Amino acid sequence: MIAIAVVMAAALAGILVGPAALAPGRVMAALADRLPLISVDSGLSDREVAILFELRLPRVVLALLVGAVLSVSGGAYQGVFRNPLADPYLLGVAAGAGLGATLAIVTAGSGSLLVGVAAFVGAVAAVVAAYGLGAAAGGRRTGSTLILAGVAVAAFLTAAQTFVQQRNTDVIREVYSWILGRLGTAGWQEVLLLLPYAGVGITVVLLHRRLLDALAVGEEEARTLGVRPERVRIIVVLAATLATAGAVAVSGLIGFVGIIVPHAVRLLVGGSYRVILPLSVLGGGAFMVVADLVARSVLSPAEVPIGAVTAFIGGPFFLLVLRTSTRGGER
Amino acid sequence: MSELVLSGLGVSFGDRMAVAGVDVTVAAGEWLALVGPNGSGKTSLLRAVAGTIPHRGSVLVDGVAVATMSRRRVAAAIAMVPQHRVLPDDMSVLDYTLLGRIPYSGYFGIEGPADVMAARRALARLDAADLERRPLGTLSGGERQRVVLARALTQEAGVLLLDEPTTSLDIGHAQQVLDLVDELRVERGMAVVAAIHDLTFAAQYAGRLLLLDAGTVVAQGLPAAVLTESAIARFSGARVHLMHGPEGEPVVVPRR
Repeated sequence: MIAIAVVMAAALAGILVGPAALAPGRVMAALADRLPLISVDSGLSDREVAILFELRLPRVVLALLVGAVLSVSGGAYQGVFRNPLADPYLLGVAAGAGLGATLAIVTAGSGSLLVGVAAFVGAVAAVVAAYGLGAAAGGRRTGSTLILAGVAVAAFLTAAQTFVQQRNTDVIREVYSWILGRLGTAGWQEVLLLLPYAGVGITVVLLHRRLLDALAVGEEEARTLGVRPERVRIIVVLAATLATAGAVAVSGLIGFVGIIVPHAVRLLVGGSYRVILPLSVLGGGAFMVVADLVARSVLSPAEVPIGAVTAFIGGPFFLLVLRTSTRGGER
Repeated sequence: MSELVLSGLGVSFGDRMAVAGVDVTVAAGEWLALVGPNGSGKTSLLRAVAGTIPHRGSVLVDGVAVATMSRRRVAAAIAMVPQHRVLPDDMSVLDYTLLGRIPYSGYFGIEGPADVMAARRALARLDAADLERRPLGTLSGGERQRVVLARALTQEAGVLLLDEPTTSLDIGHAQQVLDLVDELRVERGMAVVAAIHDLTFAAQYAGRLLLLDAGTVVAQGLPAAVLTESAIARFSGARVHLMHGPEGEPVVVPRR
């Protein structure tokens, strides 16, 4: 309940704060007006209504989705690989998306829709390659071979991306800004693009929350409990990867969220994925909305790259959680 | 109440034969102890029975071949307490115990009130009810072993496999754990198969011993028949005095 309240508060703040001041009461009235069977006159001008529904609202919704996807995927990867340092980019998603986006920016320009598509394809292809290589090397049963395969694939793709970028120095700025991540161009179109991937990915991961708890006690014990670790791993990785690739395609590479949110949740509520994953969805969404709020407010009307903000406020926040929870003594 | 029958059970790792064709029947309510030196195949045998490693031969529970059962049904028939466990420090005792209910729900299932009650019953049976909310990382060695047993008990399986259940426990806690297993065996008619390296404990608790050496059964039968000074010297390379307790059970005392 507290988590849902936090999400609502964050979303509301995200809607209310911006370069154009909108009266909170009127915004509430305008939002209520859109609900079925309710008709209220908000008193907002047409321009203000447009700002609210075409700029602020889609941006907040997109931030919620991206934050939820990255956090729950990070939590899922940590569970599947039993590795606290795992994040959604572990198996080469970031490197693959980076290469795809760079190629698209070089050939079609940074404004092209192709950038998102290429990033998505690159991300999924990288993970498929890492999984294929890892499984061929016998990693299907252990997981750690998969991580190593992911590292190798990521290094290879990053090298390729750097090469392409250095051959086309005129686009370095665009590539760099894409890599830092942004929600600035968010509209309903991006929301609709991400929604199916986010919906399916989050649902599948949440449905596996109890099986991830079983994996947490080791593969041998998981097997004696009636679980097939290989199967759980491939399904969860696939779902998390598709959702993450969708998020990356619309918002670039926003770092740190996927690792920090699940850990913060874990420190607050304990180590069961049955609780960590649903709360990561909510916490990640709220965190991203707040990060985006900071990103567009501190230097308003200019924007700070959101990837820089997530790391900048995420780091100290995480240390605070770590400190208070370890102080609590017997946890 | 389950009967366990192993026939021609063998395990190989590459060219190395870890277990060579073991045939043994464990009746409902019987306790069979696997004894033998390190590397003799005790753990591999248990893993093969639990179905966590590939093996030859067959495992039957109440006449049904485990190979024909789904992974979940196997888990509802055979519970295993492995020697090397991963207990996540921040998982609560109740959440951990509830994992034993996975065999009883669908793939996407989540535990209901009946499952929570089953887990609480198991914890209470092992005097661990007051640990329910504690994170696993805060438990002592004896408490951990009771909680792991509670998780296995929650599976409500007729066959219980234990791999060195008393390792790293002091003598008092080791006795407490073995006593609990013995009570459960009697109460529920469980077939218990345990690898136990302490020969005196094995002789005191198990009705029958199976002595393994290099993956082969070299002796089986009543403890007094299996545990002879010459067998122990030959297979464990140990110098021991063999004495006898008040009921004639072998007591193995190391000598310098």
